[in-house]
Amino acid sequence: MSTLSSEVGQALGLPIGFDVDRVREDFPVLKQTIHGKPLVYLDNAATAQKPRAVIDAIVKFYEVDCANIHRGVHELSQRSTAAYEETRSKVRRFLNARSNHEIIFVRGTTEGINLVTQTWGRTNLKAGDEIVIAGLDHHSNIVPWQILCEQTGARLRVIPIDDRGDLVLDEYEKLLSPRTRMVAVGHVSNALGTVNPVRRIVRMAHDTGALALIDGAQAVPHMPVDVAALDADFYAFSGHKLFGPTGIGVLYGKADLLEAMPPYQGGGDMIRTVTFEKTTYNDLPYKFEAGTPDIAGGIGLGAAVDYVTRLGIDKIAAYEHELLLYATEALERIPGLRIVGTAREKAAVLSFVMQGIHPHDIGTVLDHQGIAVRTGHHCAQPVMDRYHIPATTRASLAFYNTPAEIDALVAGLYKVKEVFDE
Amino acid sequence: MIDDLYQETILDHSKRPRNHHVLTGANRKAEGYNPLCGDKLKLYLKMDGDIVVDASFEGAGCAISTASASLMTESLKGKTREEAMRLMDKFHDLLTTDTPASRDLGKLVVFCGVRDYPARVKCATLAWHTLKSALNGSPEPVTTE
Repeated sequence: MSTLSSEVGQALGLPIGFDVDRVREDFPVLKQTIHGKPLVYLDNAATAQKPRAVIDAIVKFYEVDCANIHRGVHELSQRSTAAYEETRSKVRRFLNARSNHEIIFVRGTTEGINLVTQTWGRTNLKAGDEIVIAGLDHHSNIVPWQILCEQTGARLRVIPIDDRGDLVLDEYEKLLSPRTRMVAVGHVSNALGTVNPVRRIVRMAHDTGALALIDGAQAVPHMPVDVAALDADFYAFSGHKLFGPTGIGVLYGKADLLEAMPPYQGGGDMIRTVTFEKTTYNDLPYKFEAGTPDIAGGIGLGAAVDYVTRLGIDKIAAYEHELLLYATEALERIPGLRIVGTAREKAAVLSFVMQGIHPHDIGTVLDHQGIAVRTGHHCAQPVMDRYHIPATTRASLAFYNTPAEIDALVAGLYKVKEVFDE
Repeated sequence: MIDDLYQETILDHSKRPRNHHVLTGANRKAEGYNPLCGDKLKLYLKMDGDIVVDASFEGAGCAISTASASLMTESLKGKTREEAMRLMDKFHDLLTTDTPASRDLGKLVVFCGVRDYPARVKCATLAWHTLKSALNGSPEPVTTE
């Protein structure tokens, strides 16, 4: 299969310098069979697999360097602190942020967004203010804002999507007003793969006097992200979708905004001095990092950033784009299959429905052939409602997927038809 | 094998569901919802005292949930409320335990393969959760959660 994939890859004109067979060797999990068939992992938008370098970094931390950070004078604590803080520098460079102070470690994108709603939001919003989100958004960029609206009396406005899955920017423009205080949108839709024109969205928000937060969970693993160029006020992503461990993520925020925000949680590490009369808070970024963090996760995330940087995020993006085109063409040839989400600019996500066959049945039959896809509403129920479907089947690709795996998916879908078609 | 899950009877009932319509003269109604997949189901019962005289359902779901609703409505007709509840318990045991299938289940034994697919148990039980709600006369839509 590996030889085949590189041959097909060359035939496709996949970018030279991206050796997918070699890359696959870095991912231990991929070398297994499921129900007797080679694993074809196409659920990368849910979580990505971890390269050996990430797993080794975590094992090394627990075997050699394990200690709490920011407190001990002993050797192990200094090593663990250095490794954890080194990740902050790596992430800062990866996102092109100005300062390490702007990189806040959180559990994931969801916590990053909740941090902003509960600190910036509760301090700054009042009844009558408006927050704009997108009709494509994941529940993690809907529900925290809804909670904030309940708490403050602010109102949620939603940018509609068109039939292809693109945001309707004319409607977005109409939603903007002096009441708009925050525009929070996903960079890439997890359900449809749409890449939103976030630079333009941020600029339009700023022109109205609003701030902009970008949910980058689905973008960071697949394309270069430059927060300075985007001029986003906040940008959140999850480590586990970037081939890093679960339980660690990043909230980027502009330093002046973060300085003015109250702490998120209270506890150790986020304070400078504590007395029963008055507590003073630590400087950025520690003000927002109460308690012992996921140290191993942070170190693993650093290894993941290194790994992706070494492969080259531009090369990853180019390879995945070729694979998306190959997969789109292959799926479109299957009778009765309809791809949901055909935006002008798309990440490597293929959401689809099949005539008369429920996604859950598709998922089970594919699983029997070793193929892992996601079925359901993808934590984006409003998107499903928009297209009047209860659910889709979603194949989401990563740079270690191959054209041969797309062929296996297509063969799997014909098997699905064989089971369920009349 | 995938055929152990999608047995012929299940495929037949999913493609040609029986009692798949609104029931005129129904005096019990309930809605079921599976938040995992977004499937919704409406169940109608016509009760004469304690006896289920007729049953039907509306809604589209996966093959397992559609076939389950179809076979359930078939098996309910003529049963007392108590018998229906007992059947529900036996059906639940079939899906979640290794105990040998009860003879009372009749055609419903075709769902025995579901126990090997824990993620799909809720698909098979949606109709039965909804039945419980209809028999208890609770007005809110039930969920499989």
